Amino acid sequence: MPFDIDVTLQRASARITARFEVGAGLTALFGTSGAGKTSVLNAIAGLIRPEHGRIAVGEDVLFDSAARIDRAPEKRACGYVFQDSRLFPHKTVRDNLLFGWRLAPPARRWMALEDATEFLGIEHLLKRMPRTLSGGEMQRVAIGRALLSGPRFLLMDEPLSSLDEDRRSGVMEVIARIRDELALPILYVSHDRREVDRLADHVVTLTAQGTQVREGLRPSGAASVHPAVPRPIRPTQTHA
Amino acid sequence: MILALSPEEWQVVVLSLKVSVVAILADLPIAFALAWVLARGRFTGKVLLDALVHLPLVLPPVVTGWILLLTCGSNGPIGRFLLDTFDLGLIFRWTGAALAAAIMALPLMVRAIRLSLEEVDRRLESAARTLGAGPWRTFASVTLPLAMPGVMAAIVLGFARSIGEFGATITFASNIPGETRTLPLAIYTALQIPGGESDVARLAVISVLLSLAALVVSEMLTRRSGQGKAGHAL
Repeated sequence: MPFDIDVTLQRASARITARFEVGAGLTALFGTSGAGKTSVLNAIAGLIRPEHGRIAVGEDVLFDSAARIDRAPEKRACGYVFQDSRLFPHKTVRDNLLFGWRLAPPARRWMALEDATEFLGIEHLLKRMPRTLSGGEMQRVAIGRALLSGPRFLLMDEPLSSLDEDRRSGVMEVIARIRDELALPILYVSHDRREVDRLADHVVTLTAQGTQVREGLRPSGAASVHPAVPRPIRPTQTHA
Repeated sequence: MILALSPEEWQVVVLSLKVSVVAILADLPIAFALAWVLARGRFTGKVLLDALVHLPLVLPPVVTGWILLLTCGSNGPIGRFLLDTFDLGLIFRWTGAALAAAIMALPLMVRAIRLSLEEVDRRLESAARTLGAGPWRTFASVTLPLAMPGVMAAIVLGFARSIGEFGATITFASNIPGETRTLPLAIYTALQIPGGESDVARLAVISVLLSLAALVVSEMLTRRSGQGKAGHAL
């Protein structure tokens, strides 16, 4: 199973228990604000340490308190797209995109810079500094940076929330294409039901009482056809 | 103007630059480490360390010089150790003037670097980690470049403080021509001599020019590093 999560987190305000096991495709992590969705993503990325539990993605066990496994964030091969994009302000778009690519072992890279920029429609931004980009452009660069780091799975934390209505549909289309063409397992945090309905193969609802899993509503929800391992791609469609 | 300097005055300028540059170079790694610990560390005694670092800023410089005499003079524990182990004498030597300047500049440098370190967005460091950068790489490629304006500010402030140092230097290292007589000490000495006003004026103009040059150089360096906000941490 791509995501096999069973963790207990102690945050300042509350204790969060998340337990779910979902198949390939895009899994939405849904819940009210404050339910701990971002904390769960941070735990999977290794940015916070769960009190106890187990985190496995695909074949990789990233954290297991019983077996004393706790991989450092840089060794988890996760592509994390943050809500606030977090581009490095002192680096050009090109250097931002290549930051993770340069650090990844060559065998793990499965996308080239040209493929990523074409896929995301950001070829014309390469020489710009992040502060000169619009919100939608920043978020597409952040997605490209995550994809180029050679991730085995993607974590997306409300990647659309900082965008206005017009830019949302463009970025949402990009995410749908990542789901369908790149076949990467994606864990996608959202509190917007429309996004979830449109994008998710599986929906995990996080509440104070625990987690519930159901299948997504999207019409073509053919999650099982996705191969488990991302393959090198050359996008053929033109970008949006 | 510059061409009209006498050999003694040149000596003063060169010595002042040497003392300040050595003081700043010695201070930088120490100031960075202290700033890091104060900005990021969580430990008991942090308030005490903070106060200790700031002491030279609030004490009368003469008192700092006297404390240096007690600890680093020929009979002080540190002075004895340095003399015996490295044959490094401090009293009446330019090295002593550099030590006094370094101690006086340290709090300002720590403050400037600490402020800029505290301004570095830790979330960018998390992002770097998820992209495959270990702690050291994250420091070198994200934290340090983003803190660079503060380091530049620290260098300028530290240089200004060192080149103007008077009280601790004259107390600890004394006023020896060619060894410890830096610009402020030379100005003070010239003031004691009847008819020395024109010497005072020339030395004062040199002080102003040196300080301006430091500001201009730092501005240029900051521009080139693409940050353009050196004054931010001041």
